Amino acid sequence: MNTRLLSLALVAASLSPLAAQAQQAIVPAQSEVSFTSRQMGVPVDGKFKTFSAQVAFDPAKLASSKIAFTVDTGSADIGREANAEVVKPLWFNVAAFPKATFTSSSIKKLDATKYEVAGKLAIKGVSSDVVVPVTLAQNGATTVASGAFPIKRLTFRIGEKEWADTSMVADEVQVKFKIALTGVPKL
Amino acid sequence: MSSAAVTRYIPLARALHWLLALGIVGNFALGVYMSDLPFSPARLQYYSWHKWAGVLVLAFSAVRLLTRLLSPPPALPDAIEAAMPGWQKLAHHATHVALYALFFAVPLTGWAYSSAAGFPIVLFGVLPLPDFVPVSEGLADVLKELHELSAFAMAGLVLLHVAGALKHHFIDRDGLMSRMGFGR
Repeated sequence: MNTRLLSLALVAASLSPLAAQAQQAIVPAQSEVSFTSRQMGVPVDGKFKTFSAQVAFDPAKLASSKIAFTVDTGSADIGREANAEVVKPLWFNVAAFPKATFTSSSIKKLDATKYEVAGKLAIKGVSSDVVVPVTLAQNGATTVASGAFPIKRLTFRIGEKEWADTSMVADEVQVKFKIALTGVPKL
Repeated sequence: MSSAAVTRYIPLARALHWLLALGIVGNFALGVYMSDLPFSPARLQYYSWHKWAGVLVLAFSAVRLLTRLLSPPPALPDAIEAAMPGWQKLAHHATHVALYALFFAVPLTGWAYSSAAGFPIVLFGVLPLPDFVPVSEGLADVLKELHELSAFAMAGLVLLHVAGALKHHFIDRDGLMSRMGFGR
């Protein structure tokens, strides 16, 4: 009897830190990952239809919080004509690099709702450090993490050879995200 | 009949006629050429140029219409008017009305098509123009069709217009074409 109680207590004790660090679930229907490139001065909007995230975020335990994000490069939607092109080797090379990933290395709190997530962004076999500003908004059980940050497409060899000309397609691409999560502890 | 009897269009109207003749024929040719190119930087470049030229055609056509309203074209010389059968007079007026309508319809459907396809027009790469229609693939398909049809209709009317002018010049030899000419 005593042993049983003890083991239960041990299990509970070992679970409690895990419970605090529980993984949050992404709500895909309410989430968006989009980007805006500039083609001869024309802003061209696109989005990724398929992405997933592994989030273990606790505002009280930032040091052990982790965010891993994966985007299916083949799900890029920029409009019919460009969609057929952007999967090709000169752009995302989806056949060789089907996933783009972001892995957090540290999370810094700026204020009650604003955070800075530093990490590695890996696209098309190239990995680069980025700092992503994230704003959290809690509404009932859902927490929406949103933000935007610029990347340089040429760093990741997105658009090679004749497409490397930045007078045609600008180097800077603005990436925007809105990720709805459930299970985030109260801020 | 001598060409001395023919009253010319005012110089601004003549200048606009030839400027737009060049712009419209050139941009039509570019449009036909570029639409069959494979996806490439050159294709995107041509599309941008085509859109910028189209916006210029639209703007100059507005100036031209205003010029025409403020300074109506000289009436057909009496002798020419008398020599024309009724159907020719009708065709003469109908062609001009239709051409003017298309000077606006072709660029405007092109502009709307570009907006609907998700590529807003940025004139010369610096001046963003407003979108009058939402981004929509279905709408883009319809507008593309309308842009093409109206452009080919305009091309047909331009040929008719040129044929009529050449007929007056070479067959009737009535000097009508000098209404749009320069020099003596």
